[in-house]
Amino acid sequence: MPGMPGCGMTTDWPHALIAADHLCVRYGGREVLHDVSLSVRPGEIVTILGPNGSGKSTLLRAILGIVGAYAGRVIRAPGLRLGYVPQRLAIDPSLPITVRRFLSLPVRVTDAQAAAALTRAGLAEVAGQQIAALSGGQLQRVLLARALLGDPGLLMLDEPTQGLDQPGEAAFYRLIEEVRAATGVAVLMVSHDLHVVMAASDRVICLNGHICCEGTPQVVSSAPEYRALFGLGTQGALALYQHAHDHSHDHGHDHNQDHHHDHDHKEEHAHAGHTHA
Amino acid sequence: MTMTTKKNTLMRVIRMLDDFLLRAELAGVGLSLATGPLGSFVVWRKMAYFGDATAHAAILGVALALASDLPIGLGTLVVALAMAGTVAGLAARGWAMDTTLGVLAHSALALGLVAISFVPGARTDLSAYLFGDILAVTRADLGFIWGGAVLVVGLMVWRWQGMLTATLSEDLAHASGVKPDRERLILTLALALTVAVALKVVGALLIAAMLIIPAAAARGLARNPEGMALMAVVIGAGSSLLGLQLSLWQDTPAGPSIIVAAAAIFALSTAFGRFRRS
Repeated sequence: MPGMPGCGMTTDWPHALIAADHLCVRYGGREVLHDVSLSVRPGEIVTILGPNGSGKSTLLRAILGIVGAYAGRVIRAPGLRLGYVPQRLAIDPSLPITVRRFLSLPVRVTDAQAAAALTRAGLAEVAGQQIAALSGGQLQRVLLARALLGDPGLLMLDEPTQGLDQPGEAAFYRLIEEVRAATGVAVLMVSHDLHVVMAASDRVICLNGHICCEGTPQVVSSAPEYRALFGLGTQGALALYQHAHDHSHDHGHDHNQDHHHDHDHKEEHAHAGHTHA
Repeated sequence: MTMTTKKNTLMRVIRMLDDFLLRAELAGVGLSLATGPLGSFVVWRKMAYFGDATAHAAILGVALALASDLPIGLGTLVVALAMAGTVAGLAARGWAMDTTLGVLAHSALALGLVAISFVPGARTDLSAYLFGDILAVTRADLGFIWGGAVLVVGLMVWRWQGMLTATLSEDLAHASGVKPDRERLILTLALALTVAVALKVVGALLIAAMLIIPAAAARGLARNPEGMALMAVVIGAGSSLLGLQLSLWQDTPAGPSIIVAAAAIFALSTAFGRFRRS
């Protein structure tokens, strides 16, 4: 039965910041999410992983209250502030707006607050630039800076690295870890890219309409439910990522991934190597 | 200042309004106050056709007002509001907007033209409703135009931050506690009000032009949304004054002359933008 509420699931309310409690969401009669329960504790990085159409963005939007629940509920700790980083921001070219102005939406912030948020997101110099002129990686960091402005207890990121190349992705997830280390913010994010995300997460929730399995990245990657969803090849990808983090160049098999170089992000271990176009 | 001199100044101002050209100029400037910020949103949200549909429905409003002896302003406002509401509702339900708007806009216009032909005497005034009659603006019209424009500007200023956030990203708006549906409703309301205000000035056929062209001309000259909206007001007001001069000088129809002036400013601003970028 697909409705099993996941292996090893913990709804440890009241210690959590936010929890989904037996959440069901329907779209046009079709049940997109079935009996999903999860929680995020303070300072924790939780990643929701799932293939396309698995309902992971819907789950995030349901937790945010953008889409309504058909059954179940979402519980928030009192006074919890959320910072949200959307999947993408498609700004119409007819709308002129600088990064600085964008950060003041919808709540106006001081120049000092804006500068501090941009610095935290690793982008001190772009305040006066037009949003439309930013690269994909810069835009994601601006969105992150904006999400950090409200001094949130929980950051929610919906596939934040879509459209970035692999080094850009790795750099962005490292940034998330840095922000967490500096501010203690909890993170709930959605992804379909397995390898990069895994090492940055304390806990991974594997979703396919319902929660298939849940646990540390290592536990999940060896769970049969996870393999059924993503196939066996991902083991290799995870191994590859761990190699990369160990600064090893000994890629075993099937490596169209490469974590060793970067374009517009400064990384501590930018090895000389082959380059993506 | 004593009471009498104050009264005299007031009388002088009122007497100045006897000048039809001054009234026309004030009407154009008043309309531009509303069309600048609202037109910017129409451009940003790609609502140009939406504006057209609402404006074309105004003709139907005129016909209904004439037939039922109601004030024209009220008739256009009600029908424009109904049209804008219908379109917004259909859009929310996921109708194909291009076709839907095309059907609604032109049906409303055609229906309005047919309906007006049944009203005795109105047929002769038809071009005034289609192309405006700014040189015949009365003091009462002026009061209506400025009242409506101030209301629209008030709505825009009040909801500015929320509407801008919702325009950039509905999800982002939602997550920050802004309700995109509500912001859309307020824009719809402002649009219907502006259509009612603009009917006398540029006429039903050219209301959308007055919304879009000044805002588009302002785009290249602004770095931020507020700058673009302010520039659009300035360009709209400038076009009104220029268009009226052209109309007096060459005896051209005033409403279309205003739009021609706006188009000329748009061309200049686009060329200037290209020049500055290269």
